[in-house]
Amino acid sequence: MDPSMADLNSPHSMGTTIIGVTYDGGVILGADSRTSTGMYVANRASDKITKLTDNVYLCRSGSAADSQIVSDYVRYYLHQHTIQLGQPATVKVAANLVRLISYNNKNMLQTGLIVGGWDKYNGGKIYGVPLGGTIIEQPFAIGGSGSTYLYGFFDQEWKDGMTKDEAEKLVVKAVSLAIARDGASGGFVRTVIINSEGVTRNFYPGDAFPLWHEELEPQNSLLDILSSSSSSEPMVS
Amino acid sequence: MGTSKNSAYAYQIVGGWDRLASLNTWGYPYVTGTSVIGIKYKDGILMTADMGGSYGSTLRYKSVERMKPVGKHSLLGASGEISDFQEILSYLDELILYDNMWDDGNSLGPKEVHNYLTRVMYNRRNKFNPLWNSLVLGGIKNGQKYLGTVNMIGVHFEDNHVATGFGNHLARPILRDEWHENLSFEEGVKLLEKCMRVLLYRDRSAVNKLQIAKITEEGVTLSKPYALKTFWQFSAFQNPTVGAEGSW
Repeated sequence: MDPSMADLNSPHSMGTTIIGVTYDGGVILGADSRTSTGMYVANRASDKITKLTDNVYLCRSGSAADSQIVSDYVRYYLHQHTIQLGQPATVKVAANLVRLISYNNKNMLQTGLIVGGWDKYNGGKIYGVPLGGTIIEQPFAIGGSGSTYLYGFFDQEWKDGMTKDEAEKLVVKAVSLAIARDGASGGFVRTVIINSEGVTRNFYPGDAFPLWHEELEPQNSLLDILSSSSSSEPMVS
Repeated sequence: MGTSKNSAYAYQIVGGWDRLASLNTWGYPYVTGTSVIGIKYKDGILMTADMGGSYGSTLRYKSVERMKPVGKHSLLGASGEISDFQEILSYLDELILYDNMWDDGNSLGPKEVHNYLTRVMYNRRNKFNPLWNSLVLGGIKNGQKYLGTVNMIGVHFEDNHVATGFGNHLARPILRDEWHENLSFEEGVKLLEKCMRVLLYRDRSAVNKLQIAKITEEGVTLSKPYALKTFWQFSAFQNPTVGAEGSW
């Protein structure tokens, strides 16, 4: 086998880090903000957490086009379903619609999705719909190329019954750790909190999380460093 | 729209002539389950599978139930692509529903369900669009025990003990040696656990969280998930390369 050929056992890697976490009362969805075409960052401020209904959102990873079209179709069907049902759709129904499209078009689509939301029957729920169209309910879900760096982190840090603030801090920390190591993830961290009270969108720029290994405090210019530390060695040869 | 299984129709949804080029219908598995083992015992069938859903070489999902009851008399265990297993469960749901709607006191037994699955799997294979699974179907009806298997190319047979995937290579030799008629429940469980432990040592996609299912005339029961102890204290394991440094 030609070593330059991709390892046939590995699924296609997907640019992005997406996370969905349940907590006591609702869910937190999180994502990075980078969309890349090859090595170029096409959009450094993308919004990968897409609204399906007032109470159900979708985290998108993989092909931007495929994930957008899936979410458009699901939003369309859910809209009709809500009218016919006379009340908000449940998270499970939304997740199943995502699954049907992913599964029935599995040969064409390349998108891994996380469905998260809140309904009055089951509270906060997270469903993973990876490549192939499997549907799997989980207390938390991670996806995208950046998620490979987070399996160990979540194995260690995940706890059941977290509060809203604990859960959001966990999501922000996790996405920022993935951004640190995954070239296909970057920018800032977006979160969406969904519970009985409604939906809250948050935005965490680079200075909202601590520096990780081998990262340095961002500066405006070398000149500032030189002027502030005139007592010690200004420039080292 | 979304319910068509034929990907020739599917391009209408996604749009674009470039998608027609990727009309490889033979398919490719993404989230997969590993071995399933089934044996006949005194009161019926015992079946076991771990709860892993692998994503390539990553052990991504660790709480996937790969065995599900079917109707009153049967249990289906699956290895291979989990989304296809979920679709098969949906077909079987419909099959059982229509069977119940006859309301005639008759119900599909394990042999009939196995036959139905065989037709589904073989017909998909003939269309070059298989359901990427190896299935184990076990059950008991009117005292008759039944244990069969069918895979993605439609090969099917029944036996006193069956296994899928790695189980074929690692578990079946053990079963050939140690299985006998009228195993008690305890003997059967110990035998399956022996097989599962070997798979845990030697199958890279095995996870240490498994269920054992029992099917008797009374019905189907699944155990709660549990983990097996493993043994690593062989003295030979301490310094295996002392006689030949650099070897493993």
